[in-house]
Amino acid sequence: MHPSPDIGIWIGGLLTLGIFSFLYGDNPYYKFCEALFVGVSAGHWFITLFWTVFIPKLLGNIGIAIHTFRTEGFAAGMSDYMHWSYIFGGILGFLMILRLFPKIGWISRWSLAFVVGTTAGYYFINYLVSNGLMQIQKTILPLTSVGNIILVVGTFCGLIYFFFSKEHKGAFGGLARVGIWFLMITFGASFGYTVMSRMSLLIGRMDYIFGIWLGMIR
Amino acid sequence: MVLDRGFSYLLLLAFFFLILFSTNSFAQDPSDTLAPESVTNVDAFDTPNDNGHSITVSWELSSDDGAGKNNVVVYEVYRSDSPEGKFEKRGMVPAGENTFEDQGAKEKDNANYLPSHKNFYYRVRAKSDGLFSDSEISLPAYAYGQWYHTGKTPVLVAVILFSVFAITFITLARKGKLFYIRPLAGIEAVDDAIGRATEMGKPILYIFGLGTADMIATIASFTILSRVAKKTAEYQTPILIPCYDSVVMAVAQETVRAAYLEAGRPDMYKEENIFFLTSMQFAYVAGVNGIMLREKPATNFYLGKFYAESLILAETGSIAGSIQISGTDEIAQIPFFVAATDYTLIGEELYAASAYLGREPVLLGTLKGQDWGKAVVIFSLILGALAASFGFQFFINLFRIQL
Repeated sequence: MHPSPDIGIWIGGLLTLGIFSFLYGDNPYYKFCEALFVGVSAGHWFITLFWTVFIPKLLGNIGIAIHTFRTEGFAAGMSDYMHWSYIFGGILGFLMILRLFPKIGWISRWSLAFVVGTTAGYYFINYLVSNGLMQIQKTILPLTSVGNIILVVGTFCGLIYFFFSKEHKGAFGGLARVGIWFLMITFGASFGYTVMSRMSLLIGRMDYIFGIWLGMIR
Repeated sequence: MVLDRGFSYLLLLAFFFLILFSTNSFAQDPSDTLAPESVTNVDAFDTPNDNGHSITVSWELSSDDGAGKNNVVVYEVYRSDSPEGKFEKRGMVPAGENTFEDQGAKEKDNANYLPSHKNFYYRVRAKSDGLFSDSEISLPAYAYGQWYHTGKTPVLVAVILFSVFAITFITLARKGKLFYIRPLAGIEAVDDAIGRATEMGKPILYIFGLGTADMIATIASFTILSRVAKKTAEYQTPILIPCYDSVVMAVAQETVRAAYLEAGRPDMYKEENIFFLTSMQFAYVAGVNGIMLREKPATNFYLGKFYAESLILAETGSIAGSIQISGTDEIAQIPFFVAATDYTLIGEELYAASAYLGREPVLLGTLKGQDWGKAVVIFSLILGALAASFGFQFFINLFRIQL
């Protein structure tokens, strides 16, 4: 056994054990690790966003626009709409900060409405393409092999299951039941696949504890 | 050892012939010493269905590509802004290919900037090892953007079709027509779950997962939250919402506030119960798990976008003895919810749930419109499979999208 001399490895190992102690139940050790994990990650996230979004995306782009304005004149500066457009995002962000002031906090709803409304519209097309048209395109297969027949029948019955405005009775209900069987078999396969990938994560942690930290395995 | 003179001459002669024959045997194929024939009919034109800043070049292959001397290795494409100007290499394609897309950047400050509406001339170089031959210079071509992407016509047709369905059924619903919606077990259980929490005097925990406010699953979840929050206001049961995303938190606060106002209990609304935790996946899980074990909520809702944290959350909720209702459109996580929670809304059921709970004409009409859309999909699917089986390529091409 050759424990690591690195203090960082020791902290990582002890915190890993702290999170694992949750398996025993809620306890002060877990509470400490949880508070540390949540606090550090929230702080880290704030700094990351500040330096990867606020500074380069907002200030950086507006800075370029101002520079163009000053060096190339009014016409060129104003036509640099790509960089100026970031001001719009900045204004929406500023409106969100108004939530801190109860009397005018309602203005932040404009930003929220913009984000939710525009993205819902934007994703409508994306979903229609990926979940609708591409699905049809990939399922249009010649019924010449067992695999193709299963794929077409499975998709057909799956779609029947997701009919909400018709009662699942009779032949329609039978097809919907076949559809849910297809879904459950798919979920079962997906479950097994994902569990195996989680096992690899556990192995990674075990390797950290017994290999990198404690030096018990090589 | 001393060799006699005759034997030495014989050895020298043998060595001479050896050199002579070996030189001949390793001589290059004559075709390798000649440059390949140049390509012909070089044509430059604007790349279709884009926003400009790109020109496509096509040509007829060299007669020495795959035939003749068969020594073409690559084609190099050169560009200049005048026929007499200096030609710059823009890229290359391997032998056998006869098109090249000169994709430039649209930003003026980018080194690879390719302006639209400016003429460019192209030349293609057929290259073998060290030898090459240049083509004639192409006629000028300029890039320009198109307003309409012809490859996306099926998308336009589908959008129009679905919009017509949705608007028609929304109009009918507004005129008072009642639409049947089949019951969803997970949603039927919502009222019971809230009632249970009230009886036990414990809070309800509502989790959006890791989704941001721009995701459809999160938006659907806001609608469900509105209904759940209204019920909790009526039953005077606290609702806790730890958030992963700050914008989701803001929208959730607005949603719950409006629901409490609608229920006539704005005094019951507590903004501090809807709070930001962290935006790091497993730190968020650790925090939510702690809340579950300490607050012991009677009911947990997991509705939104979930990833690897789904099973950890659901298992902890199960240990805490909560009734759990889950729903996500993240296919890989649905199995975990099915296994570990009491009720699961599978995929689109999550979207339908909001209409089912709200019973508003707009949502009901949209749901009915979606069902008609699905009917069109099923119909197309059957026809398409039959067309593919009998080789009717025309019908299959109707669904082909060029992205």
